[in-house]
Amino acid sequence: MSKIVLHGRKVVGGVAEGEAFVTKDTISGWGGIDSNTGTIIERRHEKVGQSFKDKVLVFPGAKGSSGYSHFFHLARVAGAAPKAMLFNKMTAKAALGAVVTRAPSMTDFDQDPLSLIEDGDWVKVDADQGIVEITKKAGARPAAAE
Amino acid sequence: MKLTDAEKAMLDGAQGKAKQKAMDLLVRYGEALGAERLVDVTNVASTFNAGSPPMKPYAEKGMDAVFSKFNLDSDEVVETPQVEVYTCQLIHGIDTQNAHITGVAEEAVNRQKTAERFFGSRGVAMFNTCTPYQVGNVPVKGEHCAWMESSAVVYCNSVLGARTNTEGRESTGAASITGKIPYWGYHIPENRLGTHLVDVEIDVDSMMDWGLLGYYVGEVVEEDIPVLDGIRKVPSMIKLKHFGAASASSGGVEMYHVPGITPEADSVKEAFGGRKPRERFKYGKTERQIAYDNLNSSAKDTAVDFVMLGCPHNTVEQVWTVARLLDGKKLSPNTQLWVFTPRALRDAAELAGYGDMIRKAGGHLMSDTCPAIGRIVPPGTKVVATDSAKQAHYLPAMLKTQTWFGTVEDCVNAALTGQWRGGLS
Repeated sequence: MSKIVLHGRKVVGGVAEGEAFVTKDTISGWGGIDSNTGTIIERRHEKVGQSFKDKVLVFPGAKGSSGYSHFFHLARVAGAAPKAMLFNKMTAKAALGAVVTRAPSMTDFDQDPLSLIEDGDWVKVDADQGIVEITKKAGARPAAAE
Repeated sequence: MKLTDAEKAMLDGAQGKAKQKAMDLLVRYGEALGAERLVDVTNVASTFNAGSPPMKPYAEKGMDAVFSKFNLDSDEVVETPQVEVYTCQLIHGIDTQNAHITGVAEEAVNRQKTAERFFGSRGVAMFNTCTPYQVGNVPVKGEHCAWMESSAVVYCNSVLGARTNTEGRESTGAASITGKIPYWGYHIPENRLGTHLVDVEIDVDSMMDWGLLGYYVGEVVEEDIPVLDGIRKVPSMIKLKHFGAASASSGGVEMYHVPGITPEADSVKEAFGGRKPRERFKYGKTERQIAYDNLNSSAKDTAVDFVMLGCPHNTVEQVWTVARLLDGKKLSPNTQLWVFTPRALRDAAELAGYGDMIRKAGGHLMSDTCPAIGRIVPPGTKVVATDSAKQAHYLPAMLKTQTWFGTVEDCVNAALTGQWRGGLS
């Protein structure tokens, strides 16, 4: 089966895999997510009402209040955090948010994950090696995922 | 990341468990950023709140549990040491003197009061405001800081010329007891230069105008650094406080220059450090109207239930303005008015009689929190009016209210008549 492979830089180490949750909109923590459910609550966000809980969150970066890290921290405490995070724009908020979520995270990719990954694709993140493997949702799930 | 011997020793536990955990977090955070080293900070603005609902199970185990978990990201409960550098508490969710008005439970108030005494005894200055620069924490130009609160961060960098990124609860917690933060972003001089040139083609004078300019510019530049060219009248701190908060709400502006006025650029050329602007755009009548319409896009009903003033927290001068507009008048029976100022300035306003003037009209003078942070509005509120672009941006999303934005006079009129009659002249 053909896979797409991305290379990038480790933000938070570790290995995780899951279904992709992809948004082209930046995410705000305070006023942007419900930490109890991992649901996007920002009024004009394209994913408003949808949850990233247990998914691989693929997004451009963080925005908004300095409460960003705290609200992702609370999502981890509530068991509603994403399994992994892939983002393009490094900021203090995005870095600290990933660190306290303790989910394997990467940035600085050789190709844009936002244009290659779609909702429902199966994504394996090996942040320690700096590798992301994408299996498009049309195909069967790889055995490794079972 | 390269650590000094002293930093390595701290990471190895030579200065106790809490500092070891703090250094562990700072190293994880610095590596995530791609920072090469840490920098010494001498000024921290953070939150040590224990009153919000998610804090309850931790606060019941004691404040060390709250600090370890939420200020250090440590799974192990460690003893909270004294702060290493000047540290203050920012705005949080509860006005402990006005809980009867906001409807916050006594149990949560007591938790917050316990936290204030506990962290106060560790050296944290309890300013309880989003504007620490108003009440005794004014960093000097070039000072490395670790601040939270987007409106304070943009003020700290741009108006004061001190240096901070938009930190979070955990990184500022770690900075408070180590005096360290990753050397990255706005700590590095070349990252502080302008990126976008804004040709301001109309007079920007009133507080509302500065809010509209900030809201428009933030949306265009997002997290980049705007340089405002064409400002003819020196703005007061009230206006810059409002401008920064607006630009940090519609976008993520953490730094801007007004050449000749803000401290890191005397000219447009200096603001860009000799580089060419990456982008250039104008701000005129049309752009002002766009910002106004965006800020008022959530509102349609003109019957106003609630008027909120003081985001970022009002100066005493602003409280005085409100008190004068209310003098000898009564609020509409259908409308409530809350005016927010820092705790320390509330004392000053009370001394001068402004609190009495506001209360006599039927309003309340409050501190420590705001509707968006505390998620508090009077029961049944559907329509809000505010003179704050930041509050008008966040309230519709967070509390699902319709929110009108206008001048302080428009807002006080709405409180007196119960009707919104604001507009852009």
